[in-house]
Amino acid sequence: MTSLTLSDPRPSPPLKTRRVMPGFGLTMGITLVYLSLIVLIPLAGVFFKASGLGWDGFWHAISTPRVFNALKLSFGAAFFAAVFNAVFGLLVAWVFVRYEFFGKRVLDAAIDLPFALPTAVAGIALTALYSGNGWIGQFLEPLGIKVAFTPIGVVVALMFIGLPFVVRTVQPVLEEAEKELEEAAAVLGATRFQTAVRVILPTIAPSLLTGFALAFARGVGEYGSVIFIAGNLPMVSEIAPLLIIIKLEEFDYRGATAVAAAMLIISFVMLLAINLLQGWSRKK
Amino acid sequence: MQIQIRGIQKTFGSFQALGGVDLDIESGELIALLGPSGSGKTTLLRTIAGLEFADSGRILFGGEDAAPLPVRERRVGFVFQHYALFKHMTVFENVAFGLRVRERKDRPDNDKIKAKVLELLDLVQLSGLDKRYPSQLSGGQKQRVALARALAIEPRVLLLDEPFGALDAKVRKDLRRWLRSLHDKTGYTTIFVTHDQEEALELADRVVVMNKGRIEQVGSTDEVYEHPATPFVFDFLGGVNVLPGTARGQNIDVLGVDVPLPCGIHEHTGPVDVYVRPGDLRVGDPAQPGFEAEIISVQRTGPIVRWDVHAKALDQRLEVEIPHLHHDVSRHAPGQIVRLRLNQYSVFARIPPPGAKSGSTLPDTKLIGRERERGRLG
Repeated sequence: MTSLTLSDPRPSPPLKTRRVMPGFGLTMGITLVYLSLIVLIPLAGVFFKASGLGWDGFWHAISTPRVFNALKLSFGAAFFAAVFNAVFGLLVAWVFVRYEFFGKRVLDAAIDLPFALPTAVAGIALTALYSGNGWIGQFLEPLGIKVAFTPIGVVVALMFIGLPFVVRTVQPVLEEAEKELEEAAAVLGATRFQTAVRVILPTIAPSLLTGFALAFARGVGEYGSVIFIAGNLPMVSEIAPLLIIIKLEEFDYRGATAVAAAMLIISFVMLLAINLLQGWSRKK
Repeated sequence: MQIQIRGIQKTFGSFQALGGVDLDIESGELIALLGPSGSGKTTLLRTIAGLEFADSGRILFGGEDAAPLPVRERRVGFVFQHYALFKHMTVFENVAFGLRVRERKDRPDNDKIKAKVLELLDLVQLSGLDKRYPSQLSGGQKQRVALARALAIEPRVLLLDEPFGALDAKVRKDLRRWLRSLHDKTGYTTIFVTHDQEEALELADRVVVMNKGRIEQVGSTDEVYEHPATPFVFDFLGGVNVLPGTARGQNIDVLGVDVPLPCGIHEHTGPVDVYVRPGDLRVGDPAQPGFEAEIISVQRTGPIVRWDVHAKALDQRLEVEIPHLHHDVSRHAPGQIVRLRLNQYSVFARIPPPGAKSGSTLPDTKLIGRERERGRLG
């Protein structure tokens, strides 16, 4: 009789799918809790606070010319700085990967300094350099170029902050790019320029976009380095994060969260667009 | 296109990759550069392509010095071991690349490019796959795309760097035959690099055996296999047993058996090495001259049965290969003593240990190698 019970054809439980990697439930749970505590709940708080204004109140809070200009400057400057960094960061990464030169290691390490430096220190240093009597500013002033205390100063500060993002995302991809691809292009008769544009650039495009997105996002949120060099002239060189602080200091909490919510929405839409673009370029 | 290579030397740091290479390649020939890794074969191929620059020496394309021509003006077709296809382009665009990057005045119009690419894809038997991306192709298909891409520029010479190295054995064999027939059809002067002697012997008109940056021997597949010029060539082109012998006039004493010196060497006295391929050791009658060996193990690899035998007089392991249907296979088992004889062999003067003075009348291995011919017994 025992043999019968042993061979009892019990149906296997169909509900649970078997996975090679265990721990999906646990890791997914931790991920959700962690993301909620660190990212989602604080961000939701911004919207919650801003929603107290109502739709009209929200629109009223952000549609003033001062807020509008601050947002324009923050996103515009971050965009231009990220574009400059994408171009020159790519060049820097190229030089580091492809050439050997004296002091390469030191320079390579210096690239990361903007990550580590307190941003206020960077801001003060840049201001001292680019102001009318600074080392660099004194040569630009006669040419009619004012950097410090203008929107250009904001772009310069954001370029400083954003450079390592581009270099550090492009560098490893360039390092792994097969040298054979360039040789193949050359053998087929391509000039260096054709090889760069038709072969190398498409290969590193996804990582370049990532670097651009990171530099851009960082630029939008940057505060410390910008406020020293920007001059913070309302309507001209006042960035959105500073405006939020100003509103907070005026105890206008709802106005501050409204600006914050607007920044969040614009940033999210732009990052999503970059991500989609990236997915498309990677699939190609 | 006729290619002449004259005294090419190349060093990487302190490593000499090519030590004075001379080679003539006839128009329409299919040539294999064969050698172990580090023998300089790939460096030589890349130097011909213009991807590497020689320290000294000249390369002539149809009598014209190629040195002032940068790689992109040499019009060579180069196929890389790992395909080096442009991953972001379709098969069609990969093949069209060499035409599209031409200067405007030399560039064919879109219709002509299309016709040419489709014709080439047909030639490499990939019709209908023109819209695929390289990641959607198998290894063999990728390599054929690479070949079509190289042919698109109508190269003066086609260079292939271990073209089948990254493919599995079956595909490699098919592709080898296919490349041979393609060569017969198109007639491009072709040089390919390989470390696989079977591939070189099967595919090439002539084989260039290289070692340590130098050419050991150039010859038809028969020549290098039947008449290896040096012990290295003999060793590299297949399995080998080395038996010590002593030459006395016109005979050699090998393990107590007298065999004649191969014709071509008239007289020699002194220690020699007798090189025998595993397949050229035969089981002989007890009455015939031969030496005794004990079968240690029997191993079958496809149509060949391999014996590991222990030669008593030598206290050395030897390899014997017998076709699997041969009656010797069924008659003998491990533990048995068999009497072996030498069917074909080559003789090289023993390389004296460093410092020891050679008593040989022939000064070096190479000399005796060049002059010797294959000896036959029985």
